[in-house]
Amino acid sequence: MKRYQRRDLLKLAAIGGGAAYFAALGGCAAPSSPMGMQARAGAAKDYDDFYFVQLSDSHWGFSGPPNPDAANTLRKAVATVNALEHPPEFIVFTGDLTHTTDDPGERRKRMAGFRDIVSALKVKQVRFMPGEHDAALDRGAAFKEFFGETFYSFDHKGVHFIALDNVSDPGAKIGDEQLAWMKADLAKRPKDSPIVVLTHRPLFDLVPKWDWATRDGAQAIDILMQYPKVTVFYGHIHQEHHHMTGHIAHHSAKSLIFPLPAPGSQPARTPLPWDPAQPNRGLGFREIEAEPDVANYKIQELGVTRA
Amino acid sequence: MASTRRDWMVRTLTAGAVPLLGALGRHALAQAPAPQVVKLVAQRFHYTPSEFRVKPGEVILEITSLDFVHGFNIPDLKLRSDLPPGRVTQLRFTVDKPGEYDFLCDNFCGDQHEEMAGRMIVSAT
Repeated sequence: MKRYQRRDLLKLAAIGGGAAYFAALGGCAAPSSPMGMQARAGAAKDYDDFYFVQLSDSHWGFSGPPNPDAANTLRKAVATVNALEHPPEFIVFTGDLTHTTDDPGERRKRMAGFRDIVSALKVKQVRFMPGEHDAALDRGAAFKEFFGETFYSFDHKGVHFIALDNVSDPGAKIGDEQLAWMKADLAKRPKDSPIVVLTHRPLFDLVPKWDWATRDGAQAIDILMQYPKVTVFYGHIHQEHHHMTGHIAHHSAKSLIFPLPAPGSQPARTPLPWDPAQPNRGLGFREIEAEPDVANYKIQELGVTRA
Repeated sequence: MASTRRDWMVRTLTAGAVPLLGALGRHALAQAPAPQVVKLVAQRFHYTPSEFRVKPGEVILEITSLDFVHGFNIPDLKLRSDLPPGRVTQLRFTVDKPGEYDFLCDNFCGDQHEEMAGRMIVSAT
């Protein structure tokens, strides 16, 4: 019964303008209307729905003017997640856990520091993925020591999740081997399975001149296009963004270090200036309410609020 | 007689045309602009020069990386290459449309990788 209460709460929040509601059904992926949500609420049945949290781009180890509070932001985010009224069933970090360094020892020190901080999350399952800052300079060697494989799949209550690594290759390629693995992994599922792809960089060409792309992302999308219920959640661009490639919705998450400008809005992708009056402006994470039976994903963006 | 006269005319025209066409060909070759050669150096985390100008036409970029397999990518021209250090990487292409073409390193190379970018300005003047 608890999950129905949570769903109803989120529906009310959405009607109030606090959430966006996305579907991955047959090309219908626009936010639904409050009227539509009310209709669904009235037709509620025993859906095995759940919700998870996406955090991204904490860049642990970064220091600089774009976030003078960088030594505390990740801890504040952990405290904010722990303060959620209902804990998520799992959390996924979509890359750039740490900020890059040339020093392999320092890289491991940052990963250990990150791991120590997020070990305070009061959630049963936390899954990690690399970003290029974690993995590109050593092809994922240090990341694997701390967090395991850089790509994998798992199932949760009827949704098939695929974590894709488009960062361990410094050229931002998924690579033929991983693409073949994904194709074989998907082939084991019924075509209409709800599929969620987690990745760091956008799979599509968002802003290639800012390196907001995956060099062979089009090949991944070609494979995914054969499945009617696919949704992608990613990071990298340090802001909320929503885009469709055919029937596939792509949703990027905010960062936990500093916001970046809107895609292509200025000549360079320089971080937005830090505002001492609003030190957490533009930072945040998201809750994702999954309804596997209809492949709906309701996204609620949350700020970093806890000290 | 008609046939003979026609043959004479053909021989005469051909004899005159060959050297004429040869001269035109040589003239055309002499007027073809040579490709513009631009030398660049790639080094963490910048290109030198980071901005350069060319005229519309054929361009040859000769890029030397000093320290990493940087990338060189001009997305608007769909032109890219890896830049292995220790040798000159040559990129030959034709650009006809005046404008500003951004380029970037698209192989992650470290802490300031995101700043390794530049601009090619194509201008007829």
